Amino acid sequence: MFRRFFSQGSTAPAVARFTALTTGLLTTGLVLAACGGTSGGETSTTVDTNGDPVVVRVITHDSFALTESLVADFEAENNIVLELIAAGDAGEIVNRAVLAAGNPDGDVLFGVDTTLLSRAIDADVFDPYVADAPLRPELVKAGLGVVTPVDDGDVCINLDDAWFADNDVAPPTTLADLTKPAYADLLVVQNPATSSPGLAFLMATVARFGDDWPTYWQDLRDNGVEVVNGWSEAYQGQFSAGGGSGDRPIVVSYATSPPAEIVYAADPKPTRPSTSVMLDGCYRQIEFAGVLRGTPVAEAAKIVVDWLVSEPVQEDFPLSMFVFPAREGVALPTVFTNFAKRVDAPLEIDPATIAAQRETWVEEWTQIVLR
Amino acid sequence: MDSNRAALRAARPLGLALLPLAAVALFIAAPLWALLTEGLQPASWDTLVAGSTWRVMGYTTAQALVSTALSIGLALPVAFALYRLSIPGRRIWLALITIPFVLPTVVVGLAFRELLPFAGTTWAIIVAHVFFNVGLAVRVIGAVWGQLDGRLGEVAASLGASAFARFRLITWPLLRPAITAASVLVFMFTFTSFGVVLVVGDPALPTIEVEIYQRAIQRLDLDAAAALAILQLVVVVFTLGLASRLQQRLSVVGVVADVSRRERPRGTGDYLAVSIAVFVAVAVILPIAQLVATSLQVGDSWGLTWYAEAFAPSDNTTRATPVAEALWISSRYAVVATMIALVLGMLAAISVTHLKRGQATLDTIVTLPLGISAVSIGLGLLLLSIGGPLDLRDWWLLVPLGQALVAMPIVVRVVLPVLRSIDPRLRDVAASLGARPIRVWLTVDGPLALRAAAVAGALSAAVSLGEFGATAFLARADTPTVPVQIVRLLSRPGEANLGQAAVLSVILVIVTATVVGVAERARPSKSTGW
Repeated sequence: MFRRFFSQGSTAPAVARFTALTTGLLTTGLVLAACGGTSGGETSTTVDTNGDPVVVRVITHDSFALTESLVADFEAENNIVLELIAAGDAGEIVNRAVLAAGNPDGDVLFGVDTTLLSRAIDADVFDPYVADAPLRPELVKAGLGVVTPVDDGDVCINLDDAWFADNDVAPPTTLADLTKPAYADLLVVQNPATSSPGLAFLMATVARFGDDWPTYWQDLRDNGVEVVNGWSEAYQGQFSAGGGSGDRPIVVSYATSPPAEIVYAADPKPTRPSTSVMLDGCYRQIEFAGVLRGTPVAEAAKIVVDWLVSEPVQEDFPLSMFVFPAREGVALPTVFTNFAKRVDAPLEIDPATIAAQRETWVEEWTQIVLR
Repeated sequence: MDSNRAALRAARPLGLALLPLAAVALFIAAPLWALLTEGLQPASWDTLVAGSTWRVMGYTTAQALVSTALSIGLALPVAFALYRLSIPGRRIWLALITIPFVLPTVVVGLAFRELLPFAGTTWAIIVAHVFFNVGLAVRVIGAVWGQLDGRLGEVAASLGASAFARFRLITWPLLRPAITAASVLVFMFTFTSFGVVLVVGDPALPTIEVEIYQRAIQRLDLDAAAALAILQLVVVVFTLGLASRLQQRLSVVGVVADVSRRERPRGTGDYLAVSIAVFVAVAVILPIAQLVATSLQVGDSWGLTWYAEAFAPSDNTTRATPVAEALWISSRYAVVATMIALVLGMLAAISVTHLKRGQATLDTIVTLPLGISAVSIGLGLLLLSIGGPLDLRDWWLLVPLGQALVAMPIVVRVVLPVLRSIDPRLRDVAASLGARPIRVWLTVDGPLALRAAAVAGALSAAVSLGEFGATAFLARADTPTVPVQIVRLLSRPGEANLGQAAVLSVILVIVTATVVGVAERARPSKSTGW
């Protein structure tokens, strides 16, 4: 299997077979490399506040956002230059980190979440590092001592309130409701193979329905569920409210989407969001940051992780990424306290089960829903 | 007769033929070996026999067949108009219809996604494929059509043959190898098409390439991805073998005119062909115009906002790799990739023409990367970089190497027909007059090969600049090429990201068109190949 590339001691046969070929390839390559190679990367491992700034490459998912002045302040104070690289959705950046394990193309990875963490840990992607900060204990525990929790949020069904009022239909209140004829052709979800909220929603259905989850998805398919690749295609493309331009009033999104709608609305801002959150069937996603194993700037990378859970950055995340801070005692903006829902008992699946079953579930889901 | 054979043997530069072939074989074999060791495992059987695999294969084949048929059907009248008829602005029309072939796939995808009301369907893929491949088919067919000796037809006409009879009895048999070659090429390109399908296709209907990519990168199931790549390779080897056999049988020698002559159009048929050619050339502009429009559209009005943002110094809030940096990365890779592709491709083509036996087999081997597909090359090199004795994952040469492997068959395909069109008796004569093998090659093949190499080099650079299939696997997060950056931008929400993707696309089109345009101009007008 694939993992044999990363676990020590079992690579011998494959390696032997490659040797002859790669030797020749290398000889040619080295000659060429000598003509114009780039060394790439830094040599300094400690942070010198007077010398040349240390460049730290932070790989993030596409949804990462932060107020720019915070970045500038951090760079000035620590003699560090941050290279923020948004390199795909959460699944993709984690997979690429797995492929690059030990020889990373960045120094810090932000955006690995609870559904993907086990995959990264199995492949030995990170040098264990947990920032020393007052972080919510249950989040720290979920990081398994390898990564630092930065934020969390709940993936929930979002509803277009106006559509349900106008069409005189009672909004759904449970996951099971979504398979009823009243909600036919109304739901749009993300492909769990390509989207982090999509995977979280699949996990929610597995947690709720257990071994019957394939039946539930078959019912959803029969009821006209639409599948798109990513969150933005779903929320901004197919959803009928919250700035979306589509015609589907039920969408998989976040419990924090309603305040985001207010923040992003043009002036004059509406006093209330036009969407609401269905509180049943939510799945909690915790996002972590980790130091990538093999980075030449490990010390500076740790400083960056510390900064991600520092008070100013944690205060900024709610309105820049619409997530809840992992740090305790951080003041939340009013629009958050008013409209962001905190789910009391989100659905969860333990990491070991996720690690063992995730691929099988996604494969089976693909067969049921897309084929 | 005996001295003639001796001269022939002398004219066969064995070293010249075998060494480059060994190098080429190594470059192709290494990633292929990685694919085979990863993909040929007991568990792969489940992947191969799965119903979904065969649905994907069926869908891929069907869309490729339809795309090929439409492309060739459209290319025939255009090739006739541009290579047999003397029409004003011929060079411009020819340059125009060639543009799509060298356009980056993701750029074509983006253009059609914005242009077509039915984007996201199979028909969108087919339209994009036809757009993409008509120019190629015209060039492959036209290269031969333009070289046909017109006097054959004149003689036939003077003997009373009708236009239809002349086409059926003279043109068609002489043209058939070229049409076969063009069909095989277009089929390969559409069967292994990736960037276009990823951007304009139906997400629920992946082709084999998209499926391999999703399995590998999105689901991290490298075993299954490699197994699918092998399955695809089997289909491709089979098709190529068949085509090679067919071409051998159909190949006709000795019909090259010393002076290619184009006639003024006369009659309805000629004018119809000319109109189709002009229509195709104009249709080529539409998607490019759409790109420009998208890059200039800011909200409900027009402006240069996205251009300004794209060239602004690195902005932490948008975190897009600055355009200048992505362009620099892409150009650097393109230079290296072109050098590798040109050296390997030229040597391979020369070897193939000089070997007296096993030409068909070698032809298939050097064309293989075309069929292995960019995605499989990328996957193979990725597996090699992980699983080899040395950690090659941050080796900067990985990306240009992948791009060169994608471009090399095109070099071979460009150079080989030109070299093959040379009457072998010329070499025999030179050899029997006492010229040494190298001298024979330099005098007889050299001048034509050099011209072909200029064109091949430009095409390789264009391929490398726009390459996405292999690069998608190999590009590191901190060194995205322009096409990788375009796809990254397209996966993010909002008008600004779309606008910047369009800006990058427009720039990439300009750079690519310039490279190819220069090569086109550098070519003497009397040149007969492409």
